Amino acid sequence: MSRTERLYHRTVVWVLFLILFTPLAATLLYSLATQWSATLLPAGFTFKWYLQLWSEPRFLAAFGRSLAICFGALALSCVLILPAMFAVAYHFPRLDALMNVLILLPFAVPPVVSAVGLLQLYASGPLPLTGTPWILVFCYFTIALPFMYRAISNNLQALNLRDLMDAAHLLGASSWRAALLVVLPNLRTGLMVALFLSFSFLIGEFVFANLLVGTRYETLQIYLYNLRNGSGHLTSALVISYFLAVLLLTWIANRLNRERT
Amino acid sequence: MKRPRLALLLILPFLLVFGAFQLAPLAWIAFNSFNSSESGWGLGNYAEILGSPFYLQAIRFSLEISLWSSVCGLLIALLGAYSLTRVDSRLRGFVVAFTNMTSNFAGVPLAFAFIILLGINGCLTLALKQFGLIEGFNLYTKGGLILIYTYFQIPLGVLLLFPAFEALKQDWRDAAALLGAGTWQYWRHIGLPVLSPALVGTFIILLANALGAYATVYALTTGNFNVVPVRIAALVSGDIYLEPNLAAALAMLLVAFMTLITLVHQWLLRRSRHVQN
Repeated sequence: MSRTERLYHRTVVWVLFLILFTPLAATLLYSLATQWSATLLPAGFTFKWYLQLWSEPRFLAAFGRSLAICFGALALSCVLILPAMFAVAYHFPRLDALMNVLILLPFAVPPVVSAVGLLQLYASGPLPLTGTPWILVFCYFTIALPFMYRAISNNLQALNLRDLMDAAHLLGASSWRAALLVVLPNLRTGLMVALFLSFSFLIGEFVFANLLVGTRYETLQIYLYNLRNGSGHLTSALVISYFLAVLLLTWIANRLNRERT
Repeated sequence: MKRPRLALLLILPFLLVFGAFQLAPLAWIAFNSFNSSESGWGLGNYAEILGSPFYLQAIRFSLEISLWSSVCGLLIALLGAYSLTRVDSRLRGFVVAFTNMTSNFAGVPLAFAFIILLGINGCLTLALKQFGLIEGFNLYTKGGLILIYTYFQIPLGVLLLFPAFEALKQDWRDAAALLGAGTWQYWRHIGLPVLSPALVGTFIILLANALGAYATVYALTTGNFNVVPVRIAALVSGDIYLEPNLAAALAMLLVAFMTLITLVHQWLLRRSRHVQN
C-alpha cells in the first residue's frame, strides 16, 4: 500500500467514526451544559442534570420497570428456548430447518405489524394482557429469539452433543442429569453473550411498549418520550446514561466472546 | 434412534408461546385484512387504501425515505467497511466496537440526539448558519428523516458488509495489477462482482429495516409525518377513530412488499450461483 492509500483509508475510517460520534457528542455536551441556546458553545458545565435525573423518583421507577420486564423476558426466553433447542438437537435434528425459518419471522415482521394483531387478540377474551407488563414479557421473548437461537446454536454445534450425552450416559447419568450438569455448563458462554446483547436492545424497545401498554406501565423509553416537552438537558442526561449502560453491556458481551475463541 | 414422547414436551411450551405471540397475530392480520367494516368480506380494505390519496402518500413517503436512506447508508457503509479492512488492527478494533454499540442507538434516544444536533436551535444548525453555509435546516421534513434514517442504517451496513470483504483475496488484486489493470478496472471487473451478493443482501436488509421503522419517526414528529408504520399505529391506537381491519390490510401490504424483495433477493442469489457453476 502506498502512503497516499494508507492516508486515504485512515481518513475514511476517522470520518466514519466522526459521523457516528457527532450526535452522541452533541448530546453529551448538552447534558453537561448549564445553559446552551442560540450560542455556538455552552455557557458552562455542570453535573446537576445527572444528579437531578438520578434522584427523580419517576425516572427510577421507570428504570426499575424496564429492568423487571427485560429480566422477565430473558428468563422466559431461557426457560423456553434451551429445552426446545436441546430436544431439537438431540432428538429431532430434522426440525432444525423448520426452526431456522421460524426464527426469521421476528426479523421479517416489524413490531408495528405484530402489534396490530396482538392488540386485537389480547385486548379482551381469555387472555386480557394488553395494558399489562405481561404482554411485553412475551413479546420481548419473540424479539430476543433470533439472537438467542443463533448464539446458542453456534455453541451447540461446536459441542458434539451426541458424544457428550453418550459419555454421561455411560458414566451412569440420566438424560436429565446429563443435560443439566454436562450440556448446560458448556453452553454458558454462548448463553451469556446472547443474554447481554439481547438485554442491550430490549431495554431500548419502544414500539411494543408504546402501542401495547403505553403510559399504564411507564418503561424507560416511554418515560424518555414523555419528557420531550420538558428540559432538553434532562433528556440528554437520560440518553447518555442509557447509552453508557448499553456500552457497558456490549463491552461485556464482546469480552466474553473473545475469551471463548 | 428412540424419540421419547417426553422430548416433545420440551418443545411444546416454546411452540405454544411462539405461536400465540408471533404466528397468531400474523394470522389475525392476514385473515381480517379481508374483512372490511363497510363492505364486508373481500378486497374492500385494500381498495380503500389504494384509492386514498392519503394512504398512497404514506406509501410513497415510506418508499422514498427507505430507498434513499438505504442507498446513502449502503454507500457510506461500503466505503467505510472497505477502509476498515485496510487500516491497522487497533484502529479497526476500536471503530468496529464503536459501530457495534451505535447499532443500538436508534429510536427515541436517536431522535432526541438529532433534535439537539440539527433541530431548529440545534448546535450544528446554528454553527452552519453562523458560517453562512446554510439558511436553515428543518429536521422534521422528508430530507431530515432521510438523514436520520441514513444514520441508523450506517452501523448495520458496516457490520453486514465488513465480513464480505474477507472474500476479496489480495492475490486477485496483485494478479489484476500484473495484467495491467488499474484500480478502477479491478473494482469494475473483480471487486464489485464478487461483492455484489453481499451488497444486494445488505441493501435488502437495510430497506426492510427502514420500511418497518416506527420509533424514530414517531418520536421526532410525534406521529405527524405520514409514513406507513405511523398510519398503521394510528389506526389501532389513535385518538380519533380506530379501524384495526384497515390497519391489518396496510400491515399486509408492508409484509407483502418485504416478502417480495426477499424473494427477488433469493432469485438473484440462485441466478448468480448458476453463473458461477
